[in-house]
Amino acid sequence: MEKVLTKNMRPGEPMEIDEYERAGGYQGLKRALKMAPLEVQELVGRVNLRGRGGAGFPAGKKWALVPMEQAARRPKYLCINADEMEPGTMKDRLLMEGDPHQLIEGAITSAYAIQADCCYIFLRWAYKLSARRLAKAIDEAYAHRYLGKNIQNSGYSLEMRLHTSAGRYMCGEASAMLDAVQGKRATPRSRPPHAEVCGLWGKPTVVQNVETICCVHHIVRNGPEWFMKLSKTEEGGTKIYGCSGRVNNPGVWELPMGTPVRDILFEHAGGMQSGYQFKGLLPGGASSNFIRQEHLDTPMDFSHMEAVGSRLGTGTMVVMDDRICPVGVQLSLQEFFARESCGWCTPCREGLPWIARALRAIEEGTGQAQDMDVLDLNAKHIRLGNTFCALAPGAMFPLESALRFWREDFLEHVRQKRCPWKE
Amino acid sequence: MAVLYVDNQPHEIRPHEVGKNLLKVCLGLGFNIPYFCWHPAFQSVGACRQCAIKLFKDEHDTKGKIVMSCMVSAKDGMRISIDDPEAIEFRARVIEWLMLNHPHDCPVCDEGGECHLQDMTVMTGHTYRRNRFAKRSFRNQDMGPLVAHEMNRCIQCYRCARFYRHSAGGRDFGVMGWHDRVFFGRFEDGVLQSEFAGNLVEVCPTGVFTDKTQARHFTRKWDLQTAPSVCVHCGLGCNTIPGERYGSLRRIRNRYNHRVNGYFLCDRGRYGYEFVNSPHRIRQPLLRENQAALRPISAQAAITHLGNLLHSGRAIGIGSPRASLETNYALAKLVGAENFYHGMPTKHLRIVRAMLDVLKRGPAPSASLHDMEKCNTIFMMGEDIHNVGPLMVLSLRQAVLQKPIAEAAKLHISDFEDAVIREAIQQEKGPFFTGVPGFTKLDDQVTQAYRGAPHDIARLGFAVAHMIDPAAPAVEDLPVERVQFAQRIAKALQDKKPLIVAGYNCGSESIVRASANVAWALRKKGFAAHLAYTVPECNSMGTALMDGGEIDDAVQAIASNGIDTLIVAESNLYRQLSLSGFDTILRRIKHLVVLDCLPNETTAWAELVLPAATFAEGSGTLVNNECRAQRFYQVFSPAGDVRESWKWLSAAMVASGRAQSEPWPDLDAVLAALARDIPVFAKVPGITPPSSFRLMGMPVPRESHRFSGRTAIDADQTIHERPPEPDADTPLRHSMEGYPLQPPASLLGRYWAPGWNSDHALNKFQQEIDGPLREDAPGVRLVEPSGGQPSAEALNIEYLGLVPPAFQRRAEEWLVIPAYHIFGSDELSMHSPGIAELAAKPYLQLNQADADSLGATPGQLMTMTVESAVCTFPLKVGPGLPDGVVAIPFGLPGLPGVALPAWGKIRPAQPGEPTGVRQA
Repeated sequence: MEKVLTKNMRPGEPMEIDEYERAGGYQGLKRALKMAPLEVQELVGRVNLRGRGGAGFPAGKKWALVPMEQAARRPKYLCINADEMEPGTMKDRLLMEGDPHQLIEGAITSAYAIQADCCYIFLRWAYKLSARRLAKAIDEAYAHRYLGKNIQNSGYSLEMRLHTSAGRYMCGEASAMLDAVQGKRATPRSRPPHAEVCGLWGKPTVVQNVETICCVHHIVRNGPEWFMKLSKTEEGGTKIYGCSGRVNNPGVWELPMGTPVRDILFEHAGGMQSGYQFKGLLPGGASSNFIRQEHLDTPMDFSHMEAVGSRLGTGTMVVMDDRICPVGVQLSLQEFFARESCGWCTPCREGLPWIARALRAIEEGTGQAQDMDVLDLNAKHIRLGNTFCALAPGAMFPLESALRFWREDFLEHVRQKRCPWKE
Repeated sequence: MAVLYVDNQPHEIRPHEVGKNLLKVCLGLGFNIPYFCWHPAFQSVGACRQCAIKLFKDEHDTKGKIVMSCMVSAKDGMRISIDDPEAIEFRARVIEWLMLNHPHDCPVCDEGGECHLQDMTVMTGHTYRRNRFAKRSFRNQDMGPLVAHEMNRCIQCYRCARFYRHSAGGRDFGVMGWHDRVFFGRFEDGVLQSEFAGNLVEVCPTGVFTDKTQARHFTRKWDLQTAPSVCVHCGLGCNTIPGERYGSLRRIRNRYNHRVNGYFLCDRGRYGYEFVNSPHRIRQPLLRENQAALRPISAQAAITHLGNLLHSGRAIGIGSPRASLETNYALAKLVGAENFYHGMPTKHLRIVRAMLDVLKRGPAPSASLHDMEKCNTIFMMGEDIHNVGPLMVLSLRQAVLQKPIAEAAKLHISDFEDAVIREAIQQEKGPFFTGVPGFTKLDDQVTQAYRGAPHDIARLGFAVAHMIDPAAPAVEDLPVERVQFAQRIAKALQDKKPLIVAGYNCGSESIVRASANVAWALRKKGFAAHLAYTVPECNSMGTALMDGGEIDDAVQAIASNGIDTLIVAESNLYRQLSLSGFDTILRRIKHLVVLDCLPNETTAWAELVLPAATFAEGSGTLVNNECRAQRFYQVFSPAGDVRESWKWLSAAMVASGRAQSEPWPDLDAVLAALARDIPVFAKVPGITPPSSFRLMGMPVPRESHRFSGRTAIDADQTIHERPPEPDADTPLRHSMEGYPLQPPASLLGRYWAPGWNSDHALNKFQQEIDGPLREDAPGVRLVEPSGGQPSAEALNIEYLGLVPPAFQRRAEEWLVIPAYHIFGSDELSMHSPGIAELAAKPYLQLNQADADSLGATPGQLMTMTVESAVCTFPLKVGPGLPDGVVAIPFGLPGLPGVALPAWGKIRPAQPGEPTGVRQA
């Protein structure tokens, strides 16, 4: 299959700008700069480029919300969400470390499409290598007049800034990220108005995941038909899939969008390590529902994963085997989510720690029957609409599905007053 | 009328309620929806998730979805359910979550019994605690003498931080931490820096922030005797609810008046009350015979003595701007109008009279605090508003948001979505220009400030008026940069709702005249300009509306006219006069009679002292800065012979032979006489019902129906149930018996409704949420522009002249200007230990260059001679002060009333020269 996002990647340092240009880099941008911004938007709108950050909102639709008239409030912003903190997810890191210019070219192309004046890359604090490589690439792009005033004599100007996060999962929530960039507490914002109308510093802003942005100039350069053909399903393009857990070959791979779960797990990740049985997996990072054996043939794209009651999320699966305690898995996940709550709304701030305490009691052998009620109760009420943002409902996806699939394992902990997985 | 279907029942809502949030609309309809993070003053953010209801698409939608009612706009024909089982269940879960970590320490919590969290918990039906795990706990902070902090009770509704930072502009308090360890406090222990910090006590839905002064003499809400009252600590006339038990005043709470102080008070108003409980209170008449010490005498002997003094010789009277209209009137009647003088510094009287003149002539009316909030362009001349009219700060902070909010509305943002609006408008602010003598705490809201001497501020104002309307007098020789600034201001002010703020801070009549010209010029151009003035005392406007001489004339009269007796009602002359004036009075007057509540420099020299009731112990009328007359009611019957000054004076009318019988035996009588004699006060009796007013034949009780101890409260002294203290003055009773339902707003001294024990019960007393009270009685404005509001063409404005000359610094002398302090400059509140602890210490303030020119360093003792006073105080270097100007704090205890601005001389203090004030 054709590699798109990873074709320039190799061990060691990534391509510098000259080499990137020789490999065809910045051609997509140059083509875009010759088009009208709305034409670029329209082009991207045609390929159903769904947001790779996990929510899957089509980029074209998002851009169409941006006020494009002459009198639009300015400056307009493009914010690239590189705060990759979803447990089990490491796809954006690969893209940023492996080909930073690809992200920059995609960003400038996207910014041009919405006529943004400034672009922020909001980077996870721990991604030190990404930070170094992106900073260098941004400098090179400025030096080669892909950034700054009058880019490539097109009349279009764009500033780009790398903003390193202080390190909170919450900052990856698109609206909370805007607060974080502004130097405020990362608390999600109420919608509407959408960020496209009232975002960073109250101005029109598009927030887009790294992987989504990386696709844009390829679409412009090679056309929508080419992009659609890359995929196995209706959702265009390739996807960086990942797999972690006790598999033989954990890693990340660029594959056609819609590659079935089974192919990724057994072909690319090499199947389960010997002595371990497959029990279930979280397809899209921690905040997705478990799927089991019967769903392994599902194509990994947004719509198909939703159809089986889970979500594609970031497309980086976490595999659970039979020798790991499902309660322990939940405890680890829920303590993470409880810790990462911003503390704004009640269900998340109070509910998640309660769940975590109940799980810890169950896992440590002091669980009581009523602790199961606590889990059920919270899983029932912490859901979208009841909470302010999607963090806590996201935390409930793995819990609720684990309770559905492996309830007996939980009850066994309570009955035996110990973790049966521990000696 | 629009219709809202609540649980399938149609309810009519007012057209302007369409588009407001459903929580507010439903509360207004009388429904009980629990909530925490929403507050009528700072609207919705959707954090607590407590106000969940079901929203249905249409009448065929049976499933519906849960929404937060505070975050959804009401629409005509909308269908919602409050009683939907899923919504009920979810709300019960929210309260359960909120209570997971709450310490359940209600019995020892000062909020207990008036706790919104208690009310909402009961309302929501969460009765059984399922959480068996350890609760999280926090370390509490010492936040100074006024507000106590107990973070473990916190339910993270974020209201405190929103009030403190957004509404009040505080920077030293906020939200820290994350997940279930969100902490509301300061970066480190220390006194809360905001002058509005006390509102945290009321804003907090539970007991995280409680009243530290009340804690020293704690009483539950239901055990307090309360009555509607008006704050006496500045001129804005904020409405208050004082609470008393066992003869001591326990606390002050906000009383909602949607025209004046909506939901908030300043800390001086909230915590200044403890002077009422002072151990130094004068509770018996005191007489000095033959130069001896003052000794207690009986009330009758005191009245007889006063009668004899009045009978035998010539007497004059000095009233007070901190005494009620009734007292000032009674004194003027007793001594005769021609012998009545105003007990405030002459400078203040002239300024206040200038304001009255401006307001009477019009066409620009005075703005209430509520009106100010709705203005969108501001020009403020001379005011350090935090210190002279604190609550105006909150209104001005709202006003600067009006323009940005109007812009945000274009993005289709609902006006109640507080967080969204703030994200949309960011740091945007409407035009706000100031001319002030130094830096002020409001500077961060200001578009551009000019810092100059009082005359130069006035000149800036005159120039602005001239630029708006060339018919207004011009200003000669204005520096070019100030001309440009004036042009900028003039341009900005020509907007829909301009507001001109001025006052007494600079001691300058010129500034008042300039403010009038600006407002009038705007009116002439068709812009609805309002004026807002600060005044020094709670009844400055009311007394200035009465005829009477200036206090300096009283000194003259005493010095030259053989006056024997001086009667001073509730005024400490030492603070109103120069040292020499005060000295003249003491030396020349034979008989000094003083009515006051606390000993001071004047009572110290009196022959006869009569114990005057404080605001909490008597009833009367005050007129605030916008000329709004408001009644305050006796909260409790004082111990000893304490009574309202006008009652002493009424008795003296008989004793002196000026009347056959007491002319004013009760409040209605004195009000009727006042209204008859002084036409401007004609409406004053009608602002509250007469004492004969009854509801279903019953008076209104001051005690709640849950008041404890009726039959046993005096059991240590008598086993008999004591009859209620009589009250012939008001329709209120010192009793728990009386009309049990909602009284008219003017008699409303307590917010309580079934299920609503906290101050949030206010919901049940408003015609609509955040609107006027039921049977609203926000006081009566006594002065409106003559002839109503004529059209712009019909205006025939006579502008005020007397543009002052530019300030010229002098070689050897300094212009001394007053610096007011919210904590320190007010006489009575300084008797509250908490306020005194926060008060400014005396100082002299110069800018750096001037300090350098004197070779003085900060902290060094400097001696200043101004008028007849020599003051030795440490030097403070203050940025922003103009060259050649020195500021001294006004009104700190022990400081005499120097008429400022005035010229003075400064030199470094000589070794051994004592700190303080002495006569030259």
